[in-house]
Amino acid sequence: MINTRDILETIHMIKDENLDIRTITMGISLLDCISTDAKQACDRIYDKITRVAGNLVRVGYDIEKEYGIPIINKRVSVTPIAMIAAASGGDPVRFALTLDRAAKELGIDFLGGYSALVQKGFAAGDERLIRSIPEALSSTEFVCSSVNVGSTKAGINMDAVALMGKIIKESAQRTADACCIGAAKLVAFCNAPEDNPFMAGAFHGAGEPDCVINVGVSGPGVVRHALKECPDGDITDVADIIKKTAFKITRMGQLVAKEAAKRLNVPFGIVDLSLAPTPAVGDSVAHILEEMGLEHCGAHGTTAALAILNDAVKKGGIMASSHVGGLSGAFIPVTEDAGMIEAVRAGSLTIEKLEAMTAVCSVGLDMLIIPGDTPPEVISAILADEAAIGMINSKTTAIRLIPAIGKKVGEELNFGGLLGSGPVMKLNTASPEKFISRGGRIPAPLQSLKN
Amino acid sequence: MRAVITVVGKDMVGILAGVSGLCAECGANVIEVSQSILQDMFCMIMLVDMSKSSVKFSDFSDILQESGKKKGLVIHVMHEDIFNSMHRI
Repeated sequence: MINTRDILETIHMIKDENLDIRTITMGISLLDCISTDAKQACDRIYDKITRVAGNLVRVGYDIEKEYGIPIINKRVSVTPIAMIAAASGGDPVRFALTLDRAAKELGIDFLGGYSALVQKGFAAGDERLIRSIPEALSSTEFVCSSVNVGSTKAGINMDAVALMGKIIKESAQRTADACCIGAAKLVAFCNAPEDNPFMAGAFHGAGEPDCVINVGVSGPGVVRHALKECPDGDITDVADIIKKTAFKITRMGQLVAKEAAKRLNVPFGIVDLSLAPTPAVGDSVAHILEEMGLEHCGAHGTTAALAILNDAVKKGGIMASSHVGGLSGAFIPVTEDAGMIEAVRAGSLTIEKLEAMTAVCSVGLDMLIIPGDTPPEVISAILADEAAIGMINSKTTAIRLIPAIGKKVGEELNFGGLLGSGPVMKLNTASPEKFISRGGRIPAPLQSLKN
Repeated sequence: MRAVITVVGKDMVGILAGVSGLCAECGANVIEVSQSILQDMFCMIMLVDMSKSSVKFSDFSDILQESGKKKGLVIHVMHEDIFNSMHRI
């Protein structure tokens, strides 16, 4: 029989340290739903999603029950809607409403893919879709949106960057009565992965199979607990502990992904080797960094600590799974992480430090609340900075900023649930207006020429 | 399939009998049992074969958990594979 200690360790991880499967995300291609008639395209989309993902929630629930591991979210990601809506023209919001209706019917938590990929320029339908995002997000409940504005191969589309500043702000304005939640469902990326199971940035890339299961795991609490057992080890010991723990966490993700794929009769795509925090106490990435020896997340040394964490998570996880992908690494969403929220309140964590951290974490500036009167060009400039970090370092970066309409630095927004809460953060107020208004494209960097 | 049942709680008469009785009622065949008592705390791990079970796995899990709750015991029933995949390469 399996060792008693191992059995108790697994149960302890799940019951006391918040180990869970964050999401089973089914990627569904909508390319075969394209039609020149928008109504027909919408009908096909609704039929396909509800048919293919009809059992997703039930299978997720069954696996949860049988294996005793919580599966927090069941989600669907679809082909970027800009590609689908391009054929029919007209108002893309009707596609968002269709997706929302399908999500409701399925009982899933989120549906991602109200997206456009414009790193090198706008194709037919792209700009119209982007301009419709604020309306789409304010008139739907489950739909998430993302826009890829840059890549290492293509450079950065600065026209899209300028536009996204306005779109993010408008998304918040349109949902001002609901904690500006629209902006929390919108991500602007550089180097967006096509198989990411995490929201709000999940979409099903054009190179993906017709239907696929991707799984994202989570377990910051487990890593922190393991580090606590070794208070006096050196940094090599710390990295080794994280690797071993990440291996175990990922094995669980691999098992669930394989089982879900088998039961749904859909190919297994990838496991996203992620440490995704939640606002629950004991489920924080910031607390891992503090466990390593920082008084507060944001202190000098935070970037180095995060680099160790991010790298060790990948090294441990990669051997535990047959296919790895998505965003893979440690997430640093401010409002979703109890330790980050504390650090911002204590004045230790600033946007400048977070920006540095995004050079070594899995994504970017995630779930940051900024003053409601922030001009759109400042949001665009923050996006340009993030995209530049991603482009030069050949990594995914992104921003998910929430302009808190009517609120100033120090006041708070509370989204509730997985999205958490947090204070409005201070920004640099010097104007980047001229730089952003130039438009054009940042040429692809030397790093793009690998052939 | 095989399941691992863990039972933790204050030691008292009849814990093993109670759990194995429920296993018998549900058609789950007990393959292996290990138990220890640490400072009055009872801890038991049981491996059972569910292949000829008369009830669904999720119902079996609910029945055991409920019966544990009544006696102040924490009972988990989990698929064996979760432990195998996590601790064996």
